[in-house]
Amino acid sequence: MKPLSKKMVRDLWHLRGQVLATMLVVACGVASFVAMKSTYESLVESRDNYYSHYRFADVFAGLKRAPRSAAAEIRAIPGVAEVEARVVAKVTLDLPDLPEPAQGRLVSLPEAGAGHLNSLFLLRGRLLEPGDRDEVVISGAFADANRLQPGDQVSAVLNGRLRRLRVVGIALSPEYIYEIRPGDIFPDNRRFGILWMNERAVASVFQMENAFNDVVLTLAPGAGEADVIEKLDRILEPYGGFGAYGRSDQLSHRFVANELSELQVFGTVIPVIFLGVTAFLLHLVLTRLVNVEREQIGLLKSFGYSNADIGLHFLQLAVLAIFGGIVIGIGLGWWTGRGMARLYGEFFHFPILDFSISLPVILWSFVISIGSAAIGATAAVRSAVSLPPAEAMRPEPPANFHAGFIESTGFQQMLSTESRIAARNLARRPVKALLSAFGISLSIALLFIGFYFFDAIDRIIMVQFDLVQREDVEVGFNEPRPGRAALELVELPGVRRVEPYRVVSARLRFASRSRRVGLIGLSAEGELRRIVNDDLRIVNLPPEGIVLGSTLAESLGVAKGDIVTVEVTEGSRPVREVAIADVPRELLGLSAYMDIRALNRLMMEGGTVSGAFLSVDENARAELYSKLKRTPAVSGVGLPKAALDSFNETMAKTMGTMTWFLIGFACVIAFGVVYNGARIALAERGRELSSLRVLGFTNREIAKMLLGEQAALTLLAIPMGWVLGFATSWLVTRVVDAEIVRLPVVVSGETFIFSAGIVVIAAAVSGIIVARRIRHMDLIAVLKTRE
Amino acid sequence: MKEPRQRSGANASDAAANTASDAVFQIRGVTKVYRMGEVEVHALKGVDLELYRGELVVLLGASGSGKSTLLNIIGGLDTPTEGTVVYQDHILTSADESELTRFRREHVGFVFQFYNLIPSLTALENVELITEIAESPISAKEALEMVGLSERINHFPAQLSGGEQQRVAIARAVAKQPDVLLCDEPTGALDVTTGKLVLKVIEKVNRELGTTTAIITHNAAIAAMADRVIHIGSGRITEIIRNSEKKSPDSLVW
Ligand SMILES: Nc1ncnc2c1ncn2[C@@H]1O[C@H](COP(=O)(O)OP(=O)(O)O)[C@@H](O)[C@H]1O
Ligand SMILES: [Mg+2]
Repeated sequence: MKPLSKKMVRDLWHLRGQVLATMLVVACGVASFVAMKSTYESLVESRDNYYSHYRFADVFAGLKRAPRSAAAEIRAIPGVAEVEARVVAKVTLDLPDLPEPAQGRLVSLPEAGAGHLNSLFLLRGRLLEPGDRDEVVISGAFADANRLQPGDQVSAVLNGRLRRLRVVGIALSPEYIYEIRPGDIFPDNRRFGILWMNERAVASVFQMENAFNDVVLTLAPGAGEADVIEKLDRILEPYGGFGAYGRSDQLSHRFVANELSELQVFGTVIPVIFLGVTAFLLHLVLTRLVNVEREQIGLLKSFGYSNADIGLHFLQLAVLAIFGGIVIGIGLGWWTGRGMARLYGEFFHFPILDFSISLPVILWSFVISIGSAAIGATAAVRSAVSLPPAEAMRPEPPANFHAGFIESTGFQQMLSTESRIAARNLARRPVKALLSAFGISLSIALLFIGFYFFDAIDRIIMVQFDLVQREDVEVGFNEPRPGRAALELVELPGVRRVEPYRVVSARLRFASRSRRVGLIGLSAEGELRRIVNDDLRIVNLPPEGIVLGSTLAESLGVAKGDIVTVEVTEGSRPVREVAIADVPRELLGLSAYMDIRALNRLMMEGGTVSGAFLSVDENARAELYSKLKRTPAVSGVGLPKAALDSFNETMAKTMGTMTWFLIGFACVIAFGVVYNGARIALAERGRELSSLRVLGFTNREIAKMLLGEQAALTLLAIPMGWVLGFATSWLVTRVVDAEIVRLPVVVSGETFIFSAGIVVIAAAVSGIIVARRIRHMDLIAVLKTRE
Repeated sequence: MKEPRQRSGANASDAAANTASDAVFQIRGVTKVYRMGEVEVHALKGVDLELYRGELVVLLGASGSGKSTLLNIIGGLDTPTEGTVVYQDHILTSADESELTRFRREHVGFVFQFYNLIPSLTALENVELITEIAESPISAKEALEMVGLSERINHFPAQLSGGEQQRVAIARAVAKQPDVLLCDEPTGALDVTTGKLVLKVIEKVNRELGTTTAIITHNAAIAAMADRVIHIGSGRITEIIRNSEKKSPDSLVW
């Protein structure tokens, strides 16, 4: 081995504590990069494969009813590749083990088999056969949540008729990777599922022979989506088309895409944080090393080692120091990524979700880690290289303290001697101090963001389930019904209060922009469903005009007072100019509201209702549910509380796991920064501290002096971390697709306390580990040598 | 634990008339062996010695003879391999780490060859560091006045000359009114003139406060200022000479 290599090995061994701490930080950075990047890639690949092999449609449209012949017209639109016209209906399900009714989305399959577009991937059992009439294939998540197997029976109300359906197969569809009921925020697989049935069977039940009410199509390569949508809308208009939309508005696709873009953001931000900290830590360690080794460097140079030799030596040292971290990080990333992919698999239902790490990800791990090591090493290497041999052989000049900023304020009078030592040491190298505090603050920020998510979700749940959806049960009718239908619901067992609602699909236009919306009519004096602003203010529905959520208003480019064109896409399809009465900042959804009477007037209909919100007596629930399961007019039953419970069982657990990872990550950063800082302080000031030991100071007193600096940095880091965390959380609220959820900017006291508290504990622990070394200081050695 | 001390008036001639009962330190059969792998270095090979109240002794010997080792053992920084060291009624050789720390804190003032000041504290603060933890210190200002540095109390070590730094170190050592002042080559890093200045300060402390003082040196000329000169060679006391007349540091020549 060459002498310089030997030196490198010994230096590494000598600095092992600090190298290890740095390696840990690298490992976390690489692990987060590998895990998130690979999960991202795996998800994208699984999704794209799924979409292409199972022919996920590009354009979707619902309508009232069109003859089969219209499908041929659609097929003739230029740019359309394949068309599948089908019948889709909402059905109420009665499941053996579920007291409350579940809701199904019944989708017809053209002929026996897996269907041509959005075709099925069979998990268990068999696909439909031509003769099947009461047989269904059900979606995987729904089957799992309800423990349904091929051969089981479910009761369903199909178009007012109770039918017993036999499950023959369990399957997945690219259309429902994320299986969520329209209008919900969380999936509730227990109470919502997809059922596929033979077209002939569905058609006969819903009187849809030779007709369809839903169409999906794929685009030919190079076709313009907007163009096709426009033409499709024109064809469907006479048939009661609700307005066609592309993949970006398709519910499942949209959730998946949103998750992917979040993953991409976090997969960039988190590794960058870690690698930045890595660079900083290497900078600290190597700068100290170069200072200690000034004489050796001078000596080497006087022997004739070139600047390049010396520079390369320290650079290699930096790279070697992190090498283990990269390898561990890739391993850890693989393990974490697999776990993440498995977690995603619980919400995103892919036929196969293969987790793999691609070669480019591995190569990039090396490139970015080594890059950050090089950045961290630059300053130290440069100072080593630029030391003239003679200068280098003179010992490091003594720390030059002089009266400075702190003295000029007169502030030092208020400090104890120990604090003064800490304060001056910090003030002597303010940039280093700031960087250290910044490093620690990153870990606080990381936790802050993690906990912020809990705050945001808590707030959303509070707003949504305490203030907005105050009903116990939402009942949806299979078709618009006269107002008295709602009043009849009062007769049902346990019903205390009934508030009817009307919902019509419409297209809002303003200038050149337009959006498909569900236009909801609520009773102005209603108490069960309300519109709530993000500052928790209840928004009163004006008797005239339309109320738009701010997300929708922004996407249309409208403000309060503007006039929008409302093109209703059902019923008599009225087109009206309506003034925007209010633009509340709603957290969820893309809704437009009107007073139900105003909406009825707009629709030129009497007191028509689409459904009602019910407040129900706790004790009569079971009875009510079994009644509802068999009420022909009811095609949908929503139970907000049950949905919330299901959220708490599933998503909340996932978030808990994520939080533990964040806490681990944050502790590693805090540990790395504080441990390295304290070790270097100990090395730099060992002589001073030993002298104090000689003079009769106890280990404890010395530890206080040593750690005072780290404590001050940690304290400084707390407000920095909060600010950083808050700013990043705010940024995250901008990244998340506001049309899915507008994350509220709310931060609880706990978030402040825990984000700082956990890091303070991690810092304290690493400080104590270093402080234990004080006991082993050689008191006599310092008396013998001059600094 | 502290005994009443003569603050002043104890002069050289008083101290010269020691009796065994006045012994502050009793050192019996002290050996020190450093083990470095296979090699054993016998730094002290059986030392018997008393230090008496108020006296000023000079430990004289060549470099490597074991002076520092002995002083460190006396000062509670190190423990002997064999033998006993008794300070008044404390048996230092059976004290544990924290007892030794307390012993140093309460009874011993150290002055080192390389000053060992805290670079981030001013002269005054360096002394205050000690007066804060001492039981009955004199004020830090007073201590600095005593060493003739009242003008420079707000200077940082980097802004002081070597001799000035050493005087701050002495002020720091005496501010707590130690029972014993141990100086290991206090002039070793200084030129002659500055060295004498420092010695004068030590002599003044010994004279005015009556602090039992031990000065280590390899410089024979310094021996003339002592009550007793203890010669050390190869880990043994070779000779103890009582000076009939103490010279003032001013008159020393080297
Ligand atoms: N920590 C140590 N390890 C090994 N040998 C030591 C150590 N300290 C001192 N010695 C040896 O003990 C002997 C006496 O040292 P020391 O008391 O420092 O001498 P002096 O102060 O008289 O110059 C010397 O030979 C020295 O090399
Ligand atoms: Mg010595």
